[in-house]
Parts: sequence; C-alpha cells; structure tokens
Amino acid sequence: MFDRRLIANFDWTLLILILTAATIGIINLYSSTSSWDISSLPIYLKQLYWLGIGFSIALCLTIFNYRHLEHLAIIAYVSCVGLLIAVLFFGKTIMGATRWIDLGLFNIQPSEVMKVVIIITLATFLSRHESPQRYSLTELIAPGLLLAIPVLLIMKQPDLGTAILLLFIGITMVLFAGIRRSALIVLSLLASCAIIGGWFMLHGYQKDRIRTFLDPERAPLGSGYHIIQSKIAVGSGGFWGKGFMQGTQSQLSFLPERHTDFAFSVFAEEWGLLGCTLLLGLYLFIILWGILIARKADSSFGMYLAIGITAMFFWHIFVNLGMVIGLLPVVGVPLPLFSYGGTSMVTTMIGVGLLLNISMRRFIF
Amino acid sequence: MALNNPQPDDPSRKQRFQWLTVAAIFFFALLGVRLWSLQIIYAEQYQLLSQKNRTRYIPIAAPRGPIFDRHGQLLVDNRPTFTVSVLRQEVIDKKILLQRLAIYLDNDWQQLESDWNKLLYYPRYRPIPLKSDIDRTLLEQLSENSVNLPGMLIEVQPMRSYPYHEVAAHLFGHIGAISEEELNLPQYRDYRAGNYIGKSGLEKHLEHYLKGISGEKLVEVDVKGKELRQLQVRAPLPGKSVFLTLDRDLQLHTEQAFGNQSGAAVVLDVNNGDILAMVSRPAFDPEMFARGITSNEWNNLVNNPDHPLQAKAISGQYPPGSTYKMVTALAALDAGVITPSTLIDCEGKIAIGNRDYRCWKERGHGLTNLNKALRESCDVWFYHVSLMVGIERMSAMARKLGLGRSYNLPLDNEQAGLIPVKSWKRKHYNTPWYKGQTANAAIGQGYVLATPLQLAVMTATIANGGTLYQPQLIKRIEDYTGNILKQASPIKLHESTLNQRNLSYVKHGMEEVVNHPRGTGKSSRLSGVIVAGKTGTAQVVRLKDDPEDGEKTGKEEEISYRHRDHALFVAYAPAQKPEIAVAVIVEHGQHGGSTAGPISRQILKHYFDNHQKTIGTKTTQQPLRSISNGESDV
Repeated sequence: MFDRRLIANFDWTLLILILTAATIGIINLYSSTSSWDISSLPIYLKQLYWLGIGFSIALCLTIFNYRHLEHLAIIAYVSCVGLLIAVLFFGKTIMGATRWIDLGLFNIQPSEVMKVVIIITLATFLSRHESPQRYSLTELIAPGLLLAIPVLLIMKQPDLGTAILLLFIGITMVLFAGIRRSALIVLSLLASCAIIGGWFMLHGYQKDRIRTFLDPERAPLGSGYHIIQSKIAVGSGGFWGKGFMQGTQSQLSFLPERHTDFAFSVFAEEWGLLGCTLLLGLYLFIILWGILIARKADSSFGMYLAIGITAMFFWHIFVNLGMVIGLLPVVGVPLPLFSYGGTSMVTTMIGVGLLLNISMRRFIF
Repeated sequence: MALNNPQPDDPSRKQRFQWLTVAAIFFFALLGVRLWSLQIIYAEQYQLLSQKNRTRYIPIAAPRGPIFDRHGQLLVDNRPTFTVSVLRQEVIDKKILLQRLAIYLDNDWQQLESDWNKLLYYPRYRPIPLKSDIDRTLLEQLSENSVNLPGMLIEVQPMRSYPYHEVAAHLFGHIGAISEEELNLPQYRDYRAGNYIGKSGLEKHLEHYLKGISGEKLVEVDVKGKELRQLQVRAPLPGKSVFLTLDRDLQLHTEQAFGNQSGAAVVLDVNNGDILAMVSRPAFDPEMFARGITSNEWNNLVNNPDHPLQAKAISGQYPPGSTYKMVTALAALDAGVITPSTLIDCEGKIAIGNRDYRCWKERGHGLTNLNKALRESCDVWFYHVSLMVGIERMSAMARKLGLGRSYNLPLDNEQAGLIPVKSWKRKHYNTPWYKGQTANAAIGQGYVLATPLQLAVMTATIANGGTLYQPQLIKRIEDYTGNILKQASPIKLHESTLNQRNLSYVKHGMEEVVNHPRGTGKSSRLSGVIVAGKTGTAQVVRLKDDPEDGEKTGKEEEISYRHRDHALFVAYAPAQKPEIAVAVIVEHGQHGGSTAGPISRQILKHYFDNHQKTIGTKTTQQPLRSISNGESDV
C-alpha cells in the first residue's frame, strides 16, 4: 500500500520551515528562561522534548492517507463535543477556568483537540456539499451549528482565546468555500449585533482586558501591565536589538509570561526589527506554503483540510503577535513553535503532519 | 471520488486562493508596520522607559556634620546603627513575617503593622524601617534567622549621637524624620521621605551646614526592586563641622552645679561676647529623638512641670529682681540726680501715692548710700532714686546694657524680654504710667522682664566698661577637608557711652556684694579671685500687693514649692580685669545669695582653676583688704 513516490514527494520545504521556526523558538526560550534557577529540567530542554514528541506524531500522521479522516470526522466531532460537555461537569479548574480533564497520566484539554477536529469536520462537510453556487443563508445553518456548538461550550469554560480562534478558523474555511453576497451582508449585520450583545456576556476579566487594550495606562500595574511591559520590550529593541540574552526587560523579569504568551517580546527585544522581520517572513512563508499545499491538494477534502490547518496557524500567529505588540487585546493565545507548552506544540505538529500528508499525496490520482 | 476531485481550473476558486494569499500578506504587513512603528519611530521613547525600568537611583545618606566645642572637643557626632527594615516586594507573607519579627523585637505585631502602614507612601523599592538602633545580640539573632524572615533587611544607618546626652541639649535641639508637610516646603526641596532634619536648636538653624550632600548610586534592579549590580556611585559629602564658642568642661560643670534644681545659666566672655556655657535645666536627651521617641517618653517630657523642653536660658523671661538695681543706679548717676554719696534714710518702707513700698528688711537699713544700697540690696534707696531719675532714663540705660532685645541666636524661641516705658504702657494698656510702677521697675519687678542670656550680657557690658558685644555661639564652620567657611569675630553692637567714673562706683558696689561681710552675695566669694556680683529674687506670685525683695522671709517653709520665688545671681570676675560674666537663675530657689550664688561660684571656680595659667596673675593677687573696708563710705 505504501507508495515509494510518497517519499520522493515528501515536502522537505515545509519540514525545514517548521524546524527552523521551532529551533529559533527554543533558542529564544533558552534566553528568556536562563535567569531561572529551577532544579528540574530547563524549559528549553522540555520544549525540545515536546518538539521531539510532536515531530514523531507528525511523521506518524504522514503514513496513512489523510482521506481516511473524512470517515472519522463525525465520530471525532461527537466525542469531542462530549468531552467539552464533560469538562463543564468534571473538569479540573486551574486559575478560574475549567479547561482540563484529568486522565490520570496526563491532563487533556478538549478545546485544544477541538481545533483539529473542527477543521476535519468542516473540511468533510464543505467538501461534500460543494456546489457551483455559493452558500446561501439557509445552507450555512448546518456548518454554522457545527461551529457554534463547540465555540459556545469553550466560551463557557471560559476560554475566550480558543473560542475566538475556533470561530476565526471556521469562518475562514466557510468564506473560502464561498458565500453569497446577500448572505454575507446579513451575516455581517448579525455579527455586529453579536459583538455588541456579546460584550454583556463577557466575564469581568475579559471586559477588563479589552478595556485595558484600548487604554493600557488605565491600569499600569494591573491588567495593563502586560501590554505596557511588552511594548517597552519590543520598542526598546530598536532596529538591531539588544543582543542575545541581553534584553533587560526579559532578563530582569519585567516582562510577564515571557516563556509562554509573550515569548515573541523577548525575541523582539533581543533581535530588534531585523530579527522580527526575518521571523515574520518565515511565518508568512509557512502560511503561503500551506495555501500552496491546499491549492495542489488531490481532493476537495484535502484542500479544505489544508486551508483549515493553515488558517489555524495564521490566526494563532496573528492574534498572538497582535496582542504582544499592542494591536489586539490580551487573549491567551500561544505563538506556534515559539511559546513554551506541550499542548500547543502537539496541536501544531498534528497540523504539520496533516499538511505533510496532504502535500506528499498531491500528484497521486 | 469524483465529487472530491479538485477543480484546479475553476476560475472562482483560483480567485479565492488569490484572495487568501493577499489577505495573509496584508495581515502580516499590518504586523510589520506596527513593529516598525514600535521599534523605529518610538524606539527611543521605549528605550528610555526600559532604562527607567531597570535602573534606580538609590540615595546614600550623607553623615551629618559634627559639632565641636571651642577647643575641638566633640559634642555631637554620628555613629553607625543597625535598623530592621522590610523590603515590601520580597515579603512572601506579611502577617507571618510581622508575627515572627514581633517576637524578636519584643513588640506587638499589630503595632509593627501600623508602623508599616504609616510609611506606605515610600517608593516601593525603599525599605520600610521597623526598629532602629538594635543591639548586637538582636542583630546576630536576626541575621542567623534571616532565612525564615523573607523580606527582612538589616540596614546600616548613621545615627545622630550626643555623647553627653542632656548636656547643652537645648542648644543642639533635636533631629527627626522629615514630615510629609515639610517635604512640600521650598527649603526642603532636595530632601526625600525618610531623611532626618534638624527640628529645633542648632540642628535646625544650622541644617544648611550640617546636612551634607547625599550621594547616589545607580543600580540595576529586577522587577522586584532587588539590587543586582551597581552601575555608578557618587559618594556622599559629609556635613560641615561646626565649632561652638562653648567650653565643654565649663558647660559640663555648669550643668552639674544645678543638681536637681531647675533653672538656667549663661556664661559669657566679657571681652568678645562668646557664649562659654549656656544651660537650661532640666533638660532632655536629644538621642531619644534621633532614635525615635516613644509616646511614653514624649508624654513625660511634655507633662513635666519643670518644662525640660524649654530653653530657659534664652526663652525664659523672668523679672530680674535686684539684679536690675545696677541699671537704676547707673541711670541715676548718668543723669546726675545722685552722687555716690547721696544718702537716703531707709526706714523699711516709703509711701508712694496711697501705697506703702517696703524694703525687704523690715526695720530698714538706716542711712544708706549707693555702695551700701547695692551691697545690702536696699529697696527703699532705689525707690527714692528711681522717682528722681524716672522710668524713661532707667529703661534707656537698661537698653544700653543689652536688656530688652533679642540677639537672633541660631536657636528657637529667643525672647526679647521687656523693658517698659510710658509709651509702651499707653499702647498696651491705654493707661498712664504711675510712679509706683517706676519704683517697682527700679528693683526689677513689675513689668520688667529679662532672659538669663540678657542678664549675662548686662553683666558682661558692665564688666567690660560698657561695650555691648553680640553674644555668639558659633566660633567657626569648616568643611570636612578643613577649609574654614565661616569664622566669627567679635561684633560690637555699640561702643561704651557710659561715664567710666559712674560705672566704677557701681562695680565697686558689686564687688562688695560678694566680698563685704554684710554683702548679700557672700556665698559666691572665691579665694584667689575677686568676684563682683549681685543677688536677685524674682517673684513668682504676688502674695502682697507690693513687691519687695526677699520680703517673705520666715514664711518660706509654708509656701509650696511652685509658689516660691526664683533666685538670681549675676557676677563677673576678676573684678579688676574682668574675663567672664555669669548669670544664674534657680527656679523657686528663693534667695539669690543662697541658691544661685553657689552655682555661680562653682562656675567661676571651675573657670579660674582651669585657666589659672592663662589668666594674668596680677588680678588674682589683689588683696581683698582694699575693698573690704567699703563700710567707711557711709
């Protein structure tokens, strides 16, 4: 069954792009956590270990034909929604948010799994319901519901960051599939109303984040502290940066969450605009490469799957960087391959594995 | 399968891929523009903020300038002390820390918490002091257990030290932490919260010289404010050294001479106005303020009826009593209304208006001349003479001798005393001046008020022949390298305009006060040195309508202490070639001769015992005989 051409068609470019970004991320983690005196394994080594696990998963995911996922979509979707409901009842609460299910050996974050599952589900739905006509408002009800159920469940946890990401990924996929102009206008209006109505449904700390985003000086020592310190770190890097391990904002701990959500600020401070431009270029290259994979995919399902995964990468990157440099409010979204965290790394590498899978089967008909 | 086949040629799909690509590039461009704005346009501003974040100027306290006596003996200094402080950011559990500290500091933890809360206006990185000047045992205990006391800090701080404690306390005054209100005053612009400033006395008035210039160190700190390394240091410059005109040993002896009695004494160099000693009793220990006074100590000071916080030598205004008689005598002699041989018959009282004015000696002094009147302090003689010379001329003489004015010493609350004239009474009471009031003034009662300092100045002016010198407390000020910044030289406020002959009659009378067998000031007689002086009694309460010197003899045991008269004594010596003048007041000491005189004697004795070699032997060899037969004048 295994075709030799698969190895010949292996997408080395994507692999190298991903490994380069991950390597830069680990070097950056080395710098941002060097001043920590912890007796256990250093953070950057842990990240390396997660990269290893993620990489293995990615390679495993290239072995079977991604098309089989189409048949798994419904089961995966239903069980994942089940997990999300379970979280609400049996979840482990950490820092006010109930996101984890304790499986004994490790904790699982169903919302994280849902990112991949929703992509597969929507890709299945969209590829099966393709028509020359674009989607009308009524035709959008089914995919809309598929998306809305997990989004609302995740919002309830509450995990605004993941919910918004899920929403953005879904919208990107549906928009790509095509919507009629009339439907688009109605949906835009509905979205505007939802945003206004949604404000009143937000939790206090979430409203706070948005308010402080609009005016960080409102709470320079409270929730605005993150944005202010991050902007100082990024801005003070200047063009050339302060040099590796020379960032005062990060090395002297003025920067909070500098190994997770604000990892990019450390990089920006130490490597300056020069480093940032190169990193941004690298990420853009990955995104454009993902779009290319979608374009060359051998099936509609593969195309939508690739679009969904690329959208996931893109929105993670954009929301995280936007937050770190003060373009967007603070929502806890990690920067793929850069922020420390096993979950983020595994999710990213699952996406990479699927992209590789789609990419290497592009010429097989 | 066919349904799933892609349709690469579909133009609308191709278009959508293009849109996707454009959108991705657009969003990344947005990020790029923002980065460019932060890292290029506003880079400098953020670099400044980042610099401000990581560095901090920590002031280094400058040692306050020391104070020396005229011979360079150290009177006020600084010593290193250890202060237990708390650095807020390092504290893990405030309550546990304070409870543990409370055990070591032998204090209530709620008390510590309230001390802490009072200083919350300090900048975050500034440690909050909880207890200053801990002893070595406690220091060792705390240092050993510092692991269990996260956030605790032991700081070495210079503390103002007064090695002689109560000695000259009122001159030095006290220091204390600058208050929030003082921080807003223009003269304290360079100060920071927690700085110590002079709050009274020389510490306050010489603050400008004593304070020094605090240094600064630029340190790199982490987000908790913890100092990581020192980037720059500017060493502090110590305050200036102040040399006083005071003589340490004389000051010490004068303080001791008072024993438990309250009162004041001033010793002046008659030839230049140097203040050699200035004592106010009882006193306080300025170190209590330097280390932080407890409310108990404070209440004790404030509620003490003898007013230990008052600098009586300059702010205590007393009726000068008979020590004022020199003024009356000199005024009358200068006016020509009497001669030294003018005789007045003292019958124990005279009638002025419808009232009797009594002499302290009920049966009278009999025929009395100037010499006898001074020597035996005959009140009736002075009543008569004062009516001849009048209040205006008496008061003019008082001013010539240095009474009724302030000398603007660098101290607090120096009083001007009161030398009354008719216009003053008209202005303040809107009543005419009565003759009886002139008679009262003649013996230093009634409206007349003087401070011990003024009485010393008066005595010195008489002693030196009438030249009024500005009394001075500061001899010179040096910076820490020894450069002299300020050197005091004698200031003559006015040259003598006194008739020297007239002055010699009065001085002769003063010599007899001490040296004549019937003089009232025999108790301050000194062997080897001829002392001239005058006793006085200042009424505290008017038991009778008319004030009379020493009138209440015999009843004093029944009079409660607080109602007893103040005893005064002024003196100068050696009589022939005066060097020093002394004014002593013993509150509730009753008789100048019996309580103030002996103190004056001890002061003079110490001075001459220790200056035997330096002073001219001629004066000390003068035989007493030449004046002890003054009785023949009558």
